[in-house]
Amino acid sequence: MKKYILIAAAIAATTLGAGAAVAGDATKGGQTFREKGCWQCHGFEGQGGSAGPRLANTQLPEDALIAFVHNSNGPMPPFSEKLVSDAQLSDVYAYLQSRQKPADPKTIPLLQP
Amino acid sequence: MIEPKKSGTDRRNFLKGAAVAGVAPAVAVAAAVPSAEAQVAAPRHLPSALPPTVKTIAAEVGDVKEMNRIGGKPGSDFMVDVLKTLDIKYTPSNCASSFRALHESIINYGENKAPEFLSCMHEESGVAMAHGYFKITGKPLMTMVHGTVGLQHATMGIYNAFCDRVPVIIIGGNDMDAASRPPGVPTFHAAQDINLIVRDYTKWDDTPTSLQAFAQSMVRGYKIAMTPPYGPVAISLDAGLQQEPIGAHGAGLYIPKFNMPSPPAGEMGAVKEAARLLVNAENPVIVADRSARTPEGVQLLIQLAELLQAPVVDQGNRMNFPNTHYLSRPAGVVSTADVIMGLELSDFWGTVNAYTDNGDDGIGVNSTKIKPTTKLISISSVELLTKSNYQDFQRFQSVDVSMPADAQATLPALIEAVKSALTSERRAQNDQRAEKAKKTYADIRARERAAAAVAWDASPISTARLCMELYGQIKNEDWSLVASEGNVSNWPNRLWAMEKHHQWLGRSGGYGVGYGAPASVGAALANRDLGRFSVAIQSDGDLMFAPGVLWTAARHKIPLLSVMHNNRAWHQETMHVQRMASFRNRPSNYGNDAGPVGTMIQNPDIEYHKLAESMGWWAKGPIKDPALLGPAIKEAMAVVKSGQPALLNVWTQPR
Repeated sequence: MKKYILIAAAIAATTLGAGAAVAGDATKGGQTFREKGCWQCHGFEGQGGSAGPRLANTQLPEDALIAFVHNSNGPMPPFSEKLVSDAQLSDVYAYLQSRQKPADPKTIPLLQP
Repeated sequence: MIEPKKSGTDRRNFLKGAAVAGVAPAVAVAAAVPSAEAQVAAPRHLPSALPPTVKTIAAEVGDVKEMNRIGGKPGSDFMVDVLKTLDIKYTPSNCASSFRALHESIINYGENKAPEFLSCMHEESGVAMAHGYFKITGKPLMTMVHGTVGLQHATMGIYNAFCDRVPVIIIGGNDMDAASRPPGVPTFHAAQDINLIVRDYTKWDDTPTSLQAFAQSMVRGYKIAMTPPYGPVAISLDAGLQQEPIGAHGAGLYIPKFNMPSPPAGEMGAVKEAARLLVNAENPVIVADRSARTPEGVQLLIQLAELLQAPVVDQGNRMNFPNTHYLSRPAGVVSTADVIMGLELSDFWGTVNAYTDNGDDGIGVNSTKIKPTTKLISISSVELLTKSNYQDFQRFQSVDVSMPADAQATLPALIEAVKSALTSERRAQNDQRAEKAKKTYADIRARERAAAAVAWDASPISTARLCMELYGQIKNEDWSLVASEGNVSNWPNRLWAMEKHHQWLGRSGGYGVGYGAPASVGAALANRDLGRFSVAIQSDGDLMFAPGVLWTAARHKIPLLSVMHNNRAWHQETMHVQRMASFRNRPSNYGNDAGPVGTMIQNPDIEYHKLAESMGWWAKGPIKDPALLGPAIKEAMAVVKSGQPALLNVWTQPR
């Protein structure tokens, strides 16, 4: 079952794309992101790292993100609705979408080859 | 060298006398303590510390009788003669009575040169300093430890060295003669077989009972440690043997000559078969872990990779392959391979398989990362030395060609065999492969830079920003990243230009936390002598296991720039406990912290800059604003260039 949900989430990600209206509260979402431990693998800004992928400004649609968090069977452990509700994840989604867009690395002198 | 025995007092008789004579003065000291009544009546005259008891005095000095002069050359002087033939430059050690005679000989008879005694606060630090030193110089150091308790302190460092295939010579003092050694504390610090606790993770150990046996044991131990696979050796050294004059034992004493052993190379039939598989492969991939023992090893791997136009994955326990080379690749490239050659892999199974920690019953899931038809070749000297108890040999992986041999020593023959097997048609195909590889490499580098730009201005400071601010300041120096134990998402390996063998030293080996700080000091010591600039990315949890090594660095004027990745947690465990809570469908208890109880280093936050300052370092922090980091690094670099260690306490993102 989990597999089908994840496939559906992936299809949604490719068909819906980003840019849909964000319903959640970014401030509350930032608080949830910290309180539920999302930052531990993804960083306080959702920037990602060796332990988890980037989530900031994700291209994943909100529904797909919520489905993934509840049902993950990959390296990320699942967070059930008991642990984090859909409404809270909507807020987290808003928080992630509110993160500052990264600068073009070509404009950062320290990142030049 | 050998002097005749002048004194008639040998150690056994001397100790008998001391045992009797030592009682009277000790009692006299005890009698001088005021009675309890007197103390109450005159509280102002209370001593600031209680006078020593008879037992304490015995523990401190063994006896209180004036020692007789020891006639003739001491056995420990001969031991120093042996050490000097091996050109062991330093002995980072914590002082202890069980090797006091050798200690005295090193600093007085040996003039504290080769080896020079370096004062350590912890035996684990002494071992790890030797560990780091070797990775720069390719030469082992010796560390001396108290026979029981000191060796117990040293064990994790020894295990790390064993897993990392690094030679360290451990000398454990031990007073073996139960009838003559001092009672009390010195006897607590003696054992029948002190090396027992490290036998599972040393290559060899010995307990020589004569000076001649010591000479043989020391040279043999050095040779075993320096024969690939390298590894630590332990020699138990009797206190009596050190202390007694050479006397009549001296006749005929000699020091065996040490000649560096040649490393074991692969058998030619297997080498040719490996060459045949590699040349005929459409997508050969080379994976290297501890392949390059020396800078020459890097050049050999470049030569082989370019001949085959094969991507190279550097697993990073040594600097095996330049990350600026267009054939450098992340680990995922193994999925495309039809032939994979592993060079000194610590975990071949884990190289070609995946383990996902998400099983329904609390057990992870295994899956393959490669095609079922992919051929596997292994060249590894570790297969020549496998022990049973500790599981550093990892899971068993079947391979098609197995060469229990040193990879670097085998590469010259393999390169020749590949050249012989390459047809002109195959060379042309490889050239086409090169053009594609260059484009792939450029794309990967661009993606890495884009990933580094995310959260560039965040506070706490992103690990990418931390690493690139640092690299921006050091890149024009002859720099050496001497330790990077905190996980900073591998940014140095992803974005710094690593082309020289000394620019990346790998990790601890056994992943025993507490390696980074002392190993970086040991490597910085070696770099100091070579005129290089040493930098460490120092994690908070690692530093607090034995922070006394900071004092050692200041005491011995070892220049090192230590930039902290202070994420205020043992963050690996933060994630582990969170995982378990999620799998069990219950919220994780954070207490008053930001993460699960027992995994955070906060409330209160440790002021590492003050800790370092208290031990003689220049230090600054906490730095939380990324805009302030570059100027602070510049300031610290000036201090380091003046010959002093400097530490920056930087608050960072978790990974």
